[in-house]
Amino acid sequence: MSIAATNAPIGQSERRTKAKRLVTGRGRYTDDVTARRVLHAAFLTNPFAHARILSIETEEAAGLPGVERVFTGPDIADACNGWTGNHDLFPKLDSPQQYPLAVDVARWQGEGVAMVVAETRAIAEDAAALIDVTWEELPAVADPVANLEPGATVLHPGKSDNLALELRLGTDAVDAAFERSTLVLEESFRFGRHTGVPLETRAILAEFDPSEQRLVIHQSHQAPHQQQELFARLLDLDEQNVRIVCPDVGGAFGIKLQFSGDEAAVAVAARILGRPVKFVADRLESFTSDIHARDHQVSARMGFAVDGKITALEVDDIYAIGPYSIYPRASIMEGNHVMQLTAASYTVPAFRGRSRIVYQNKGLMGHYRAVGQPLGCAIGEVLLDRAARKLGVDPVEIRRQNYADLSAGPVTSSAGVALEGLVLHECLDTLVERMDLPELRAEQTRLRSQGRYRGIGIAGFIEQTGPGPNYYGKGGIPVSAQDGCVVRLEPSGKARVFSGATDQGQGADTAAAQVVAAALGIQADDVRVTLGDSEVCPYGGGAFASRGTSIGVEVAWRAGRRLRSQILELAGALLQCDAEALDLRDGQVIELATSQARFSLEDVARIGHFRPYELPEGFQPMMSAVEHYVPRDKPTVVGNGIQGSYLEVDVETGIVSLLNHWVVPDCGFVINPLLLDEQIRGGVVQGIGGALFEELVYDDQGQLLTATMADYLTPMAAEIPDIDVTRIEKPMGDKTLGAKGVGEAGTAGAVGAVLCAINDALVPLGAGIAQTPCTPARILTAIEQARNE
Amino acid sequence: MDDVFDITLTVNGRRVSRRVPVRQHLTDFLREELGLTSCHVGCEHGVCGACTVRVDGAATRGCLTLAVQADGAVVETLEGLSESGEIVDLQAAFVDRNALQCGYCTPGMLITAAEMLDAKQPMSRADIRTFLSGNYCRCTGYQAIVDAVETTLTARLAEQEPSA
Amino acid sequence: MKFPAFKYLRPSSVAEAAAQLAEHGDDARLLAGGQTLMPVLAMRLAEPEVLIDLGRIENLRGIALEDDALRLGAMTRYVDLERSALVAEHAPLITRALPYVAHVAIRNRGTIGGSVALADPAAEMPACMLALGAEIELTSTEGNRWIAAEDYFLGLYETAREDTEILTAIRIPLAPERRVGFYEVARRHGDYALAGAAAVGDVEDGRIQGLRVAMFGCDDLPVLAKTAAKAAETGVLDGAWLEADVSPTSNINGEAHIRLAQARVAFRRAVTDLLGVSNG
Ligand SMILES: Cc1cc2nc3c(=O)[nH]c(=O)nc-3n(C[C@H](O)[C@H](O)[C@H](O)COP(=O)(O)OP(=O)(O)OC[C@H]3O[C@@H](n4cnc5c(N)ncnc54)[C@H](O)[C@@H]3O)c2cc1C
Ligand code: FES
Ligand code: FES
Repeated sequence: MSIAATNAPIGQSERRTKAKRLVTGRGRYTDDVTARRVLHAAFLTNPFAHARILSIETEEAAGLPGVERVFTGPDIADACNGWTGNHDLFPKLDSPQQYPLAVDVARWQGEGVAMVVAETRAIAEDAAALIDVTWEELPAVADPVANLEPGATVLHPGKSDNLALELRLGTDAVDAAFERSTLVLEESFRFGRHTGVPLETRAILAEFDPSEQRLVIHQSHQAPHQQQELFARLLDLDEQNVRIVCPDVGGAFGIKLQFSGDEAAVAVAARILGRPVKFVADRLESFTSDIHARDHQVSARMGFAVDGKITALEVDDIYAIGPYSIYPRASIMEGNHVMQLTAASYTVPAFRGRSRIVYQNKGLMGHYRAVGQPLGCAIGEVLLDRAARKLGVDPVEIRRQNYADLSAGPVTSSAGVALEGLVLHECLDTLVERMDLPELRAEQTRLRSQGRYRGIGIAGFIEQTGPGPNYYGKGGIPVSAQDGCVVRLEPSGKARVFSGATDQGQGADTAAAQVVAAALGIQADDVRVTLGDSEVCPYGGGAFASRGTSIGVEVAWRAGRRLRSQILELAGALLQCDAEALDLRDGQVIELATSQARFSLEDVARIGHFRPYELPEGFQPMMSAVEHYVPRDKPTVVGNGIQGSYLEVDVETGIVSLLNHWVVPDCGFVINPLLLDEQIRGGVVQGIGGALFEELVYDDQGQLLTATMADYLTPMAAEIPDIDVTRIEKPMGDKTLGAKGVGEAGTAGAVGAVLCAINDALVPLGAGIAQTPCTPARILTAIEQARNE
Repeated sequence: MDDVFDITLTVNGRRVSRRVPVRQHLTDFLREELGLTSCHVGCEHGVCGACTVRVDGAATRGCLTLAVQADGAVVETLEGLSESGEIVDLQAAFVDRNALQCGYCTPGMLITAAEMLDAKQPMSRADIRTFLSGNYCRCTGYQAIVDAVETTLTARLAEQEPSA
Repeated sequence: MKFPAFKYLRPSSVAEAAAQLAEHGDDARLLAGGQTLMPVLAMRLAEPEVLIDLGRIENLRGIALEDDALRLGAMTRYVDLERSALVAEHAPLITRALPYVAHVAIRNRGTIGGSVALADPAAEMPACMLALGAEIELTSTEGNRWIAAEDYFLGLYETAREDTEILTAIRIPLAPERRVGFYEVARRHGDYALAGAAAVGDVEDGRIQGLRVAMFGCDDLPVLAKTAAKAAETGVLDGAWLEADVSPTSNINGEAHIRLAQARVAFRRAVTDLLGVSNG
């Protein structure tokens, strides 16, 4: 199957149909969906990091006019199976059983303890405040490092320590390699805990029909089929009777990918009460109940030869998850990515990695955009810059000379990443050119003499996206790595697409329309795409790990091609000629030999649907096509890219002003440049958020101090520079379209680029920083420390 | 029980009378009572701008305004602005430039941008960014939004020039 | 995050509002722009029984030039101040500081009276009032009184206003030759300040006189940096003496000495700004 890049509308900046709807206020998000006799849920949550529930008094709350029912943890647990966030590939991970609401002990601030269901959300909140809980506060396990020490308070009874899982990679040969190194750099990195803050919070509307034992859920989620499986399993329902509809989703970024206790409780309530129940997390609930991410302390060591060649690398990560491993996807991958993706694009002769995944009394850790990749990138690139400075090697050169040599074919990095088809040098060269690096350096030097501190940072990153079935499938986790797609020819000669991929604004629908349109020789506008309904869409994985393009669009292309063959068969039967002699173009069936249009697609479609008697005896017109696609040949698509940052640090106030940002992503084959560029930019800005602003700060008692939007700072328009994106297009292989996912590429490299640039700016002061977010106070403290040394 | 209040206001050009709970904010009133769901809830504490609507001509946080405070006011939502065609150029620029992904911020963003465009003043990109800075967008990274607003502003200023 | 239930009152005169406030006392809250009060209610950090909406009291709004002062009605919105030629001419410090207050939509509703009544230590307007030597009018059923800004701010969200008093107006003395300076350290545009300084003073032959610098975001309340200002009049511009005036404590934004360092920078930059910007 090959495709010419000229196969319009593939490769064109098609506008999104959905955008036209959304700009006129016609979006339909979960909270916009209404149901008659709907009730609203609110939760009473645990005010402590760790506490035992001695008693719960719900009578007063239940008596408030407008309250339908108050449910406690045991009430819900009676009607819902428990779960564990375990993973069969990591049998040592033994995360304790969890229920939708805390049953006897609540283990993080914000964990649901009781749920009120009432006529309005306001009444539900009033009632929740009337629930009287007698608590016994338990010691908080809040500092992941201290809590690994012998004798530390152990969070889960029956366990000997707080270590959930230890991952190890590499070999001890690294010790000897360090000894032989000319230069060994060591740094302790800290990456603040953050979260995704989709502008639409998590939301669910659950409706249960007892007569059919049927559960219909509208939910703001990325993976409807996953949710269908989980709701069926946990509520003991037949899977075919559970329908999950994800209407417009107001941002997700991995925050709407897991299974959450409050959602389960709502479904249970709908079942018990026989009335629809809606829950829209408010922003305060979101900060404590959404999944969190990052929160790593990483000791990293890198050894170098005198010429700047990397000799050895050691990455020792402490990954502070919550009291449980997240369900269903398990809180492992981020630790793994930190180890695997540090300096992943370079030849590292000796490597050892360890990630200790630690329980603590804080929010649960899930898979937020770029899962650990930005951390690995930042660690490697900051250390490389330092080595370049120490050894007097140019920072661009040191990268160039360390890049893995792929000239003789794929290589596997010493941390086990299969590097194949990367465009390392081309990305770097392009970046240097786009940045006009010599000119920037000159400006930097000039301004330094005026007491202004500008920094230039370059950060290359490796991504693992579009995963195959190995990780979740073998892990016993019901997450589909495949997507199915149905393409249906309408009598008008236009098409519908139903796919197991989902869209939260990335443009998965538009891209699918483009490839199907190309396959059928029609316009993208002639294709309507339906996603996000577990009942009508073919089974699929939804949106995660930037899989939408490499899998979701691939399968649409295949289904489109299959339908095309079927149409050509039909046309061939009509024309009494070989299907091979025909083509579909501009809504016409074309005879290849003469380039003459023989029928319109509409004619063919109408014959297929309404007048099949015009076809030869026995011919069955096939008016829809289905395909499924799962990548089988490799565990993930490995891609690369590079980013540059130019900024100024006000060394008196610690404020960082971003001046410019560049991205050169390897995109594989590009379906829609407009969508691609904006995915990158959006990703960069989330990375910048992590680098400069965003942090869930907990005190030593496990209390979240940044629990409102006024305290948890995300980037706003004024702080963000224009972002220059230069695509490198190099389709991978010839068995597929060859598109690579870029949804996380922006985030993956931005943290490293900004961190490197800040460090570069601080060089004249002898200061350095290895903690994100780089807050003004942290920058000033770093400067002060350097001054005192 | 909830204290209630009778209000009459103009919403998207139509007169509306309702008895509302005094504690209901304008966003919930517009969404729940009138079905005007373009007015979004992103934080309910004034930070994100997703709830921005126009009250007596001024961009206003719906979540920080009580419905009773809008008694007698003229309220416009994106549904109204779309119907009147007032910002059709801006909307087209948003689509053209892909200045939205999930679209959740878009109604508030458009209403804020409309206020800026109404001033008919030349603005630098930095000025535009500052003006929009009370409206969070978590998806786009803002650049496409700034582009779309800038394009619309430039076009409107050019249009007005001959007569000026 | 729905508001807790309350009773809503909508007085049409100051007298009516004052009577309502006298009746309900601490159980009532005055509602001005609501840009702080509503978030506080949404988070249920306060659950007043009664809200008294000042929004329909016409004569609480407006900007007027009096003989020796500029008078600002308490319910005058930031946006009105921002667009006012009178303010730009007679109190340019306010015009200069306003863009730093939150964002457009919030300035479209937030009021000067609400900000000064709230007395957020990191807010711009209270500091400006202090620097400008403003007087604040407080009205109750007992009558009204004027109090100098310096005597008004007492502590963390604590002012000289009694529970039964309404902040009705602000008077800013006219001082035509005076120059102004302003600087604010904030993490993002429109955020409350990490440290800020609002300055007014006269400049003669390159020397500053009568310098008043109000610091915000550095202490529990806006503070006139008298010692540092004196030093600046003698040419020490770097805020070296600032610790005699403000005592930041360690908080989520940084340790005390870091915050003091940022305050010094804000001081120096505001004073430098003043030296460079002339009034009118
Ligand atoms: C996202 C966001 C960002 C913000 N950023 C800033 C910022 O950077 N700088 C800043 O200064 N502010 C900021 N604010 C707050 C804003 O300026 C508020 O508007 C202001 O502080 C209060 O004014 P208001 O008119 O809204 O008062 P309200 O919220 O109505 O009232 C505030 C308090 O003052 C009392 N009160 C109000 N008026 C009177 C009166 N006349 N007499 C007696 N008591 C009264 C009320 O009872 C209440 O307790 C921000 C707000 C938001 C939502
Ligand atoms: S919902 Fe009103 S500002 Fe966020
Ligand atoms: S488009 Fe999603 S928040 Fe702006």
